[in-house]
Amino acid sequence: MLEIHDLHAGIDGTEILKGIDLSVRPGEVHAIMGPNGSGKSTLAQVLAGHPAYDVTGGSVTYKGEDLLEMEPDERAAAGVFLAFQYPVEIRGITNAYFLQSAVNAQRKARGEEELDTIDFATLLEEKLKAIDWDDGLVYRAVNEGFSGGEKKRNEILQLAALEPSLAILDETDSGLDIDAVKSVAEAVNRFRSPDRAFIVVTHYQRILNYLTPDHVHVLARGKVVRSGGKELALELEEKGYDWITADLAAV
Amino acid sequence: MTQTIDRSRAHEPYVAAFDAFAGNGAAAAPDWLKERRAAAIARFADHGFPTTREEAWRFTDLKPLLETTFDPAVAAATPDAAALAALGFADERAATLVVANGRVAADAAPLPELPAGVVVGSLAAALSDGSLPLDAVLAASGIDARTPFGALNTAFLADGALVYVPRGVALDVPIHVVFHSSGAHALTAGRLLVVLEEGATATLVETHTGPEGQRYWSNPVTELVVGANARLDAYRLQRESTAAYHTAAVHSRVDRDGVCSLITMSFGAALSRQDIVAVLAGPGAESTVNGLSLLGGRQHVDYHTVLDHAEPHCNSWEYFNGVFGDRARGVFTGRIIVRPGAQKTDAKQTNNNVLLSAQARADSQPQLEIYADDVKCTHGATLGPIDDAHLFYLQSRGLSDEDARKLLTYGFASEIIRGVTYERLAAWLDGFVQTRLAALTGGVTSEG
Repeated sequence: MLEIHDLHAGIDGTEILKGIDLSVRPGEVHAIMGPNGSGKSTLAQVLAGHPAYDVTGGSVTYKGEDLLEMEPDERAAAGVFLAFQYPVEIRGITNAYFLQSAVNAQRKARGEEELDTIDFATLLEEKLKAIDWDDGLVYRAVNEGFSGGEKKRNEILQLAALEPSLAILDETDSGLDIDAVKSVAEAVNRFRSPDRAFIVVTHYQRILNYLTPDHVHVLARGKVVRSGGKELALELEEKGYDWITADLAAV
Repeated sequence: MTQTIDRSRAHEPYVAAFDAFAGNGAAAAPDWLKERRAAAIARFADHGFPTTREEAWRFTDLKPLLETTFDPAVAAATPDAAALAALGFADERAATLVVANGRVAADAAPLPELPAGVVVGSLAAALSDGSLPLDAVLAASGIDARTPFGALNTAFLADGALVYVPRGVALDVPIHVVFHSSGAHALTAGRLLVVLEEGATATLVETHTGPEGQRYWSNPVTELVVGANARLDAYRLQRESTAAYHTAAVHSRVDRDGVCSLITMSFGAALSRQDIVAVLAGPGAESTVNGLSLLGGRQHVDYHTVLDHAEPHCNSWEYFNGVFGDRARGVFTGRIIVRPGAQKTDAKQTNNNVLLSAQARADSQPQLEIYADDVKCTHGATLGPIDDAHLFYLQSRGLSDEDARKLLTYGFASEIIRGVTYERLAAWLDGFVQTRLAALTGGVTSEG
């Protein structure tokens, strides 16, 4: 589904990703871990098409197409979703209106019929039920005055409504208490499917107690320095990132 | 060759026009009003046209207005049904009054039945009838002394709209006053007086408009007198011809425990200036002054607001959002005065401006004058283009660049529309603003 080959990218002339290789198949959950500054958030942003980052080398193929050639909205319509580490506030627009606009923009781009307000309300209700949330956040302005936990939950609600094929979660678990982490993980588990892949970018091993990744990758200094199964996350939890960076320094 | 304008003499034709007006039959009025008109023209003559050297006019050059001598005596063309329909906003349930070039149109549609004692009609008729104590409230707010154009309006005050709601009457019929100006080079002096006696409530919309493309000068004055424990929800829609000038003065005075909420919107005119003075005149009074500007082309809007806290325990809220495309320009001055003894004042002022093009401009100046020590006064302003982080967030959800810009500016405008409690107006504004923003944001895209 996603093939990243020797990806180099940076911002303002500073290279952050220095040759990333990663292969994600449908149905898989990949965890990407790493210390601060390792490039894991940059990778998430580059995959979503953030215009501030320059790709200086390598390739990213998504469902056989060149992802890097696509605009952010084209990537979204093709099924790529990024749950933001710091979701922004959109003043004056309710979550419901925003979600309907987003769902319809994607449907339109895919040549599907747009949903009217009633059909959309039905869809939203169904999604809220699926993740066992009430509609408390739906009629408030997007992220405005939301707590950190509410903003992250809202990202998951968007994920649920937009039904992406590839969901990238950029530190969705950071800054959350343990109940909120569980709630996010449970929602991800509910939306796991044979056609949908997840890339879970995280600083902490904690969320992986509730999600079972098929692969764990450790990023350091812009490269994948270790890949393995779930046990790699546990090893990191035990030894910390110093082990990786010390290892690298020794090379 | 450019014509040089002698600013110091620009007022003279208007003083001469006043002399002609005062000497003819159209000017019939009670003595107290004749005295106020004479005092007003003297004030206008004394001040003359403001210049950018004056602090209150720093950002608004009236040169385009001085290039023409406007005529205060242009006969009114009463707008026909089609012209009124073109206004867009209409509510058949409302009591709609049309004021054409300052005069209440005689052949307008009949008003719905109103509760006993409620007056919605012509000021001229009420003046000649003489049964209402208008001398205490008409041209009595002091607005003439604050703005030269307010004085110019009063000088030519002969008619206008009057809304009078007696004590304790909750008027559930909304009132819509349409000020229609027409005629090339016409100067119109639309006048509105709204009086809510103790405990009365009312909803009012003022629309200011004229035939698109005509270069007239609309110079209206609104006086809102809100009695103790009364509540007024007032809306002001400025949709003048985009070749026209609009200089308005709005004065509100709220008595003890009364509430005045004013939401003012600027969409039209080549150049518009609004002087808004809101006086909190009794303990526990509340005043909201919110505004929305959506301008493009070379349009210019200048809001000069004064929230005057004269008594303790009063609240005022001011929230102005502006969206400026092309070469449009917005000016906002927000003065908050807390007079000695006005303790426990709570005043909050916010001015946010979004610039859709590199040539658009907005200036914002808060001015706080606080003479009491136990008060809460805050102000804040934001200015800039649409935020890239916001754009990317929406694009990452599937919205195109253009749709994302539209949605963000719509949300920004919606912050003001959300405060409109008159549902039919809110619904109309929602659609109108979306269309307008599509034009403004679309323009940006085509300019690249």
